[in-house]
Amino acid sequence: MSDFVSDFWNLYVVAIVVGSILFCVILLVVQGKATFTPGKTMGHVWDETLEEYNNPMPKWWSWMFIITVIFAFVYLALYPGLGNFKGMLGWTAVGQHKAEVDKMDATVKPLFDKYMAMDLKAVAADKTAMEMGKRLYLTYCMQCHGADARGAKGFPNLTDADWLYGGEPEQIKETISNGRMGVMPPHAQLGADTIKDVANFVRSLSGLPNDATRAAKGKETFTSAGCVGCHGPEAKGMHAIGAPNLTDKVWLYGSSEATITETITKGRQNQMPAWKEFLGEAKVHLLSAYVLSLSQGAK
Amino acid sequence: MSGTQTTYNDKVVRQFAVMTVIWGIVGMLVGVIIAAQLVWPELNFGPWLHFGRLRPLHTNAVIFAFGGCALFATSYWCVQRTSHARLWGGPLIPFTFWGWQLIIVLAAVTLPLGITSGKEYAELEWPIDLLITAVWVSYALVFFGTIAVRKVSHIYVANWFFGAFIIAVALLHIVNSMAMPVNLTKSYSMYSGVQDAMIQWWYGHNAVGFFLTAGFLGMMYYFVPKQAGRPVYSYRLSVVHFWALIFTYMWAGPHHLHYTALPDWTQSVGMVFSLILLAPSWGGMINGIMTLSGAWHKLRDDPVLKFLITSLSFYGMSTFEGPMMSIKTVNALSHYTDWTVGHVHSGALGWVAMVSIGSIYYLLPRLFGKSEMYSTKLVTAHFWVATIGTVLYIASMWIAGVMQGLMWRAVNADGTLAYSFVESVKGSYPFWAIRWLGGVLFLSGMLIMAYNMFKTMAGGKTQDMPVVAPAGHHA
Repeated sequence: MSDFVSDFWNLYVVAIVVGSILFCVILLVVQGKATFTPGKTMGHVWDETLEEYNNPMPKWWSWMFIITVIFAFVYLALYPGLGNFKGMLGWTAVGQHKAEVDKMDATVKPLFDKYMAMDLKAVAADKTAMEMGKRLYLTYCMQCHGADARGAKGFPNLTDADWLYGGEPEQIKETISNGRMGVMPPHAQLGADTIKDVANFVRSLSGLPNDATRAAKGKETFTSAGCVGCHGPEAKGMHAIGAPNLTDKVWLYGSSEATITETITKGRQNQMPAWKEFLGEAKVHLLSAYVLSLSQGAK
Repeated sequence: MSGTQTTYNDKVVRQFAVMTVIWGIVGMLVGVIIAAQLVWPELNFGPWLHFGRLRPLHTNAVIFAFGGCALFATSYWCVQRTSHARLWGGPLIPFTFWGWQLIIVLAAVTLPLGITSGKEYAELEWPIDLLITAVWVSYALVFFGTIAVRKVSHIYVANWFFGAFIIAVALLHIVNSMAMPVNLTKSYSMYSGVQDAMIQWWYGHNAVGFFLTAGFLGMMYYFVPKQAGRPVYSYRLSVVHFWALIFTYMWAGPHHLHYTALPDWTQSVGMVFSLILLAPSWGGMINGIMTLSGAWHKLRDDPVLKFLITSLSFYGMSTFEGPMMSIKTVNALSHYTDWTVGHVHSGALGWVAMVSIGSIYYLLPRLFGKSEMYSTKLVTAHFWVATIGTVLYIASMWIAGVMQGLMWRAVNADGTLAYSFVESVKGSYPFWAIRWLGGVLFLSGMLIMAYNMFKTMAGGKTQDMPVVAPAGHHA
């Protein structure tokens, strides 16, 4: 596809580029033909002492100038630059990138093919595969989940046994491949007092200190306001929609009453990006196995 | 001439010269702070003093406050003396001073508050942009008005460069700052996508080319021959390198966007013109340094000349480095690394700051009725502190930059990256510490200068000097 909306702009670019380079040459040649009187001034004086010698331009400098001009013409003959002219080498940035990627892909394909043929648990047990997985993790995942994979506020810890969307190998792979959208809807309509009750109830579920009277009232609201719809009647969460288990010690945003109140009032939105298209299935396969390996042995 | 003799307007030169030193200290202090924040991230206190907001404050303060004041001071001094006429423009003259100071103060307030248009080196929001336009047009009127009433037929070479700088910066500022205001503190650029990027770097690189090169070459063409007491080396060389420089600089912007969504042809054109720029840039260096030929001994005990000639050496070095870095294969390694930061500072500290400092040292005693600076020894001390600071800065950024570039591109046999990004950050810490030290040295030099300046000013008479009659004209 042409970069220009009409052929005029193509010609405009060609003319102005060639013209500008030629201008430099003409300037150099014309000025170089002046009559020089080395060591003598031009005869003008400013501010009592300012004068200019009528010395010629240094030869080596003129030649350096000419060489850069020749380089420019050669380069513009070989590479795209003069409007629509593609250059004699047919080079494009996209083409160069593709060639480099294809070459690397071809080199590493046998290696990745070997792991693709193995199931995730077997890959997770393979030392070499896990070294590769770690390097991929440090390139693509650590920005959110941390170098130690222990996560941060809003970013899940990958080293524990708690899973929002499930920790089975295929569930992990699905999460990495297609991403996840976690949504906790806002419940400001309940009113601040009722939300405080619910927050106390939520804290009671995992044995955190709470106001028992409020927690009892909160328990009713938990059912009547529909919290059970996602978090379940026992508040143990639901992997299918990523609703967290509220009875354990794992908190994505924090367990203080203030934070829980904020979560209930304003809701939360969270996103795990989809990686399959960007990384390709082979790398996703290795990363899935690596993430699986991180939580092995965790309770 | 009968009656009262016409004098030069040196009041405005005095104001800008003093503010050059003051803003130099402020801008470089912010630079030292952000350099420290990179080494000790815990120094990021709250949003207002965070690196992300102080960094544009640093760049704006050193380029437009320090560099800008130096250019105003020297161009006003030079254009009067080489036109043999008092500065033209009446009330426009103090307006350029007070308007420029107001812009600087507004920048210092709005940038830490996070009010920004997000365009590098053009972060100031639209009301300030309008004020800049008003001040800049006044500056152009004063400068070209003075040229128009000159008493000599030929226009001195320094004024070509100052003139080109003033016209080009007006053009660049107005085109790049075009935006749609939403309210007083927020606007959106008129351009979008890759066009926005191209306009931004057309501006960005020409800000380097015209603000930081052409303007300071104007300074060089007045103060080097003056201080050396020798004629400019070659008039023809100045003609060729002037026209070639202003003609080709306009094209070099795309080298900031190599290997991006910018079309291939635009990248190529940007690269070849950046290479052609080597000779025109070196023309200025040759003409400056060769002006000293036959008087090299003066370098030994004249610290002002040391500053001026060293600045030209750094200028030559950075204008060699620049074209090399514009070559796509080199750029693939250097882009986004600290090498770029080092390159910029070899120009900013080595060239722009040193030529300004030398010129201001030339001006100060003359502006305050003294025969020389309060202490020449302190000027020499400033020179060495500044030179060592610059060398530490550049060398550390070269090493850090090349290391980062090599680490980012290193791959394992399995195609994975050999280093994560954070490992390259970790590896950079020692060099960031050296860079910070270089900055501290350079800032200390400015503090020495300020002390020397105030001592020179003390008790000085600030009488305006009579306009000198032109020497016998060339027939």
